[in-house]
Amino acid sequence: MEEKILENNEQDIAIKITGLKKRYRLGTIGGGTLVGDIQSWWARVRHKEDPNSKIGSKQYSKHETFMALDGIDLTVKKGEKLGIIGHNGAGKSTLLKLLSRVTGPTEGEICLDGRISSMLEVGTGFNGELTGRENIYLNGAILGMSKAEVDRKMDSIIEFSEVRQFIDTPVKRYSSGMYVKLAFSVAAHLDSEILIMDEVLAVGDMNFQKKCLDKMSQVSEDEVRTILYVSHNMNTIRQLCDRCIVLDHGKIIFNGDVEEAIAIYLKADPHHVDAPKIDYNQIPRVKWLKDPPIRTVSAEFVGKEDIKFTREEKMRILLKWETDRDVENVHLRVEMLKHDKTPIGSYIMENIFSGKKGDKGHIEFIIDNSNFVGGKYRMIYSFFVNDEFGNSMEVDSVFGLNFEITSYDSNLVWVPRYWGNLKFDNFEIIDK
Amino acid sequence: MEKKWTAVIRPKRKLLDLNLKEVWKYKDLIWLFARRDIATRYKQTVLGPLWFIIQPLMSSVIYTIAFGTIAGTAPGNVPSYLFYLIGTVSWGLFSGCLSATSNTFVGNAGIFGKVYFPRLVTPISTLLTQTFNFLIQFGIYLIMSLILYLTGGTFHITWIAAMTPILMLELALLGLGCGIIISSLTTKYRDLQILVGFGVSLVMYLSPVVYFVAEVENPVLHTLLMINPVTPIIEMFRYGWLGAGTGVVEWGYWGISWGITIILLFIGIIIFNKIEKNFMDTV
Repeated sequence: MEEKILENNEQDIAIKITGLKKRYRLGTIGGGTLVGDIQSWWARVRHKEDPNSKIGSKQYSKHETFMALDGIDLTVKKGEKLGIIGHNGAGKSTLLKLLSRVTGPTEGEICLDGRISSMLEVGTGFNGELTGRENIYLNGAILGMSKAEVDRKMDSIIEFSEVRQFIDTPVKRYSSGMYVKLAFSVAAHLDSEILIMDEVLAVGDMNFQKKCLDKMSQVSEDEVRTILYVSHNMNTIRQLCDRCIVLDHGKIIFNGDVEEAIAIYLKADPHHVDAPKIDYNQIPRVKWLKDPPIRTVSAEFVGKEDIKFTREEKMRILLKWETDRDVENVHLRVEMLKHDKTPIGSYIMENIFSGKKGDKGHIEFIIDNSNFVGGKYRMIYSFFVNDEFGNSMEVDSVFGLNFEITSYDSNLVWVPRYWGNLKFDNFEIIDK
Repeated sequence: MEKKWTAVIRPKRKLLDLNLKEVWKYKDLIWLFARRDIATRYKQTVLGPLWFIIQPLMSSVIYTIAFGTIAGTAPGNVPSYLFYLIGTVSWGLFSGCLSATSNTFVGNAGIFGKVYFPRLVTPISTLLTQTFNFLIQFGIYLIMSLILYLTGGTFHITWIAAMTPILMLELALLGLGCGIIISSLTTKYRDLQILVGFGVSLVMYLSPVVYFVAEVENPVLHTLLMINPVTPIIEMFRYGWLGAGTGVVEWGYWGISWGITIILLFIGIIIFNKIEKNFMDTV
């Protein structure tokens, strides 16, 4: 009897991953040129120093490796919608790459029941010279559909894409919106039992996004489709998933309830500092800000020991910075976000600073928080300048102070999830 | 009862785990890739598909002038234009397959990095494209030979001409074998890509494209030339379509040529198969 149950359970499984590992080599892979590799090899044979290694640099030997995935065990049932969250470098993309077979595992095994398709590849293989119709055939075949299958769905794909008028025009004449719609329509018509999505819903216009979401959920209800969804957007994870795993350093650190997973993910955030003062000297910047002309030095709530505020209180913030290069007409944007990084709104202070290399600057401002409803928030401080073409260019951007609003009108129920996090005042009622 | 999985992904260990069945499943894709390459190659060019035939026609004119008239490498008993044209056309099939497949991994990294299909699909479809090019060019050769025959040119078509499909197949497979070996190595060493560019045109002079083997009197050089697997094929091609004196048929060397072809193809597929899984990590 017990054996029978086990057997049934096994039949319900769409994905079974056991002991999955993926190792990447650190440092440069090979010399890149055949001559370089032969030189290095010849040097090793003679026990001489490698002529291609940088002088004084720590040599990465062949054995210095990095485990992008370090022993993943995971079972996903048919029809389940699993969210995958984790910080950059946690191994999400590697896991998806292994599942979609773009690269192979180092150790371990993945068993799949059903066709798998990943929405990483929307529009893959589209050729500008070919017409929309020809591209549907090509893209469909790349995604694993046979010609007969595409034939059968052609009409429905064209209908869905909303570009019927231009279907026999080369896609290089399409607008980018039309291009994406067509690509999406092909992907949305895949009959694969397992679907991998990686924040794809960030493309296309809002109406079309909704249409895609509806189409996908419709498919999954009457056809039992398993969905793996990777995102940084906690709201979509909440809407789409019924289970969630948190990845950290190549391991699954949590597997279960969605809300709990999101809480764990947010706690593991390196920028999550619940202190009334932040010293930015220790905090590394994102890659594209490696050499900013302005460096934020510190941010603090003046006269506060913690980050809790009532709605009646006002937040007084002191921001200090130094310049590494001459800058002119720097603007400051204070962005307000919910604790899960959903943006709420921003305030822009124009022309707060111009200075020479080595100058120090500061700004002190007061925020009236009577409009915030209770909850946790975070800020981003972005210094930016306008270039000669009028584009704004960020010169430094840091995660700012977090704050918590502790009280709100006790006689009024407020549901932030549906109503938002701002409570407007002063709507003037002129007739009742 | 053991559960039947649609796919099991594990580190590939077996050397000969080729999974040709899966390649067959993607036959529509092979066909579509080939059609795409043919259809888009000469889009937005003035002469369009005419380029397919202009290339061999023009190079044969140049060879006729440079090698035929000045150096005198063509045999006297046939129209030298036809002699160079058939050499160019058959060499074109080999070099086309080689150059096009040698770029498989690097050139398709964009697609390969996003979606899985058996990677062997790409070189196979390249083979189809090149064969298509060859057939058009060969058609041009037939038209030219008809024109020259009607205007008094002399040549003899022998029974070896009936072997054209086998010879074609061998040229294509040989090009494919060399090409996929190079494509596998270029994922790590980009040098080879540069080498292919001028290497192919150099190897052409080691093959009897603008001359014929019977012309070479030094016996060592003769043997070395015949061991080049391309040589017996082109020589037989010419013997078939232009008659004795323009090429030699030596069955022993042809056997060696087939042997080399199969070994290269086999090595190529094994290396390709080994590389395809993890090449995205190094490309």
